[in-house]
Amino acid sequence: MAFFFDLFVNGLMIGSMYALVALGFVLIYKATSVVNFAQGDLVMFGGYIAAALVVLYKLPLAVALPVLLGSMIALGFIVERGVLRPMVGQNVISVVMVTIGLSQVFQGSAAMLWGAQTKNIPLPIPLEPYVIWEIYISPVNLVAALVSGVFLVAFVWFFRKSRMGIAMRATANDQQAAMAVGINVRFIFALSWAIAGLAAALGGVLWGNLIGVDTQLALVGLKVFPAVILGGLDSVPGAVVGGLIIGAVESVAAGYVDPYVGGGTKDFLPYVLMILALMVRPYGFFGREIIERV
Amino acid sequence: MAVVTSGPTQLEIRGVSKSFGGVQAVSRVSVDVQKGQILSIIGPNGAGKTTLLNCISSVFHPETGTIVLEGQDLTRLSPARVAGRGIARTFQNIALFRGMTVVDNLMLGRHIHMKNGVLRSMLYWGPGRREEVEHRRVVEDIIDFLEIEAIRKRPVGSLPYGLQKRVELGRALALHPKVLLLDEPMGGTNHEEKEDMARFILDVNDEWGTTIILIEHDMGVVMDISQHVVVLDLGEKIAEGTPAEVKAHPQVIKAYLGTKATV
Repeated sequence: MAFFFDLFVNGLMIGSMYALVALGFVLIYKATSVVNFAQGDLVMFGGYIAAALVVLYKLPLAVALPVLLGSMIALGFIVERGVLRPMVGQNVISVVMVTIGLSQVFQGSAAMLWGAQTKNIPLPIPLEPYVIWEIYISPVNLVAALVSGVFLVAFVWFFRKSRMGIAMRATANDQQAAMAVGINVRFIFALSWAIAGLAAALGGVLWGNLIGVDTQLALVGLKVFPAVILGGLDSVPGAVVGGLIIGAVESVAAGYVDPYVGGGTKDFLPYVLMILALMVRPYGFFGREIIERV
Repeated sequence: MAVVTSGPTQLEIRGVSKSFGGVQAVSRVSVDVQKGQILSIIGPNGAGKTTLLNCISSVFHPETGTIVLEGQDLTRLSPARVAGRGIARTFQNIALFRGMTVVDNLMLGRHIHMKNGVLRSMLYWGPGRREEVEHRRVVEDIIDFLEIEAIRKRPVGSLPYGLQKRVELGRALALHPKVLLLDEPMGGTNHEEKEDMARFILDVNDEWGTTIILIEHDMGVVMDISQHVVVLDLGEKIAEGTPAEVKAHPQVIKAYLGTKATV
């Protein structure tokens, strides 16, 4: 049983990192109706900037972190202003293609700027696992879970209680009504991308620390799709719950099944779950059901 | 043409035109709106009434002409800025935050008056709380005024149509606007709801002196509550004046009933 809890608890912690990436995705979809296929690439870009600042430019972490967060927020703003705003009103496929294009641009430019070889982000985290109630907890996972947890709580508070957060929810609910009460909808769009950039910056450091920084880091973005489909494309709590479920499921399944099949369960099961979820509950656990009256 | 109320001009619409593709929806329309007036815009379907309202609230920017509120040009501002300058509106098809409660919808109407930043609103006590309480009071007053206490915590999407119209009026009132634009406030409602809405419109105008511009198809209501009526047909202003003047205007009769009309 201890083995199960090992897998489960560490899986949940990994899941909180998925949740962080998924949050950025959901936020952009909710506020601007853009399905952002470049979310994983934003994470990768964040990881690259972090690695470049710490490894190439030898900045101390206390300096590198604010620079990273600032530049990723700026990147979010720039992408929204420069690339997505001109696409407002275009059909869904065009916008999706733009984000797929963006994803490749991010990967290419990261490799061109800072090289394609894998880099490590050295974080001052001990390697020895903690043992609590016979469960082995990896400190790296624990730190990741704490950072993600704090960010997610802070964001949910911002979204529910602050004036700008409420304006974001209102814009997601009805754009026309939002404009009529004096909400600057364009600023809300830019703000969504900026917050997604911030989440991607943190995700980039955490994931980069865990699996190393190269263009492959963008693949964590692929796990976001099962997470948000399970939780509901337009639901913030859904992104968190979906991320946690995917983390736990893949960790437990990999622990028990991988020894028999020689690996691959991690990549297989989340997508099987996603396909099943789409058949049974296409709006996810928390998603808004869109009923069209004909 | 006689001007009914002799108050100062508050909103000046000067030579406004707007076209969509080849269709001239509004063509060089000028209207002077006096402060505290209830002004109705009438006209057959496709006359350009809603387009004119959308130009005033900056949903569309007109190709020619200017819209000036109390000496300040609104023509090129964003819809959010126009709301900030004191123009609130409702929509023909109702635009509400459907997933939120009645109270939350009205609180969002206070958005332009809120000054708290993220940090200050994190503190439960102090100025942040005082501001919140102040906005709450404004909203509760409006809820009392519109007699919607019973549904204040209900999500708006679950309410019947007539009540949604009333909540939308409430949200517009929460902006404490100088000018209130109402696009068919009685459209699709039953007789009783129409009477209620007419009463609320008159009371708003009476109690707060809010200038009201409304589009309405029910001629009985229009003639009853408005001081000034503007008639549009095919994008052009064909007549304006008091309800009585407009009713007798030959071009209005023509637009509504066709040629060779006898009334």
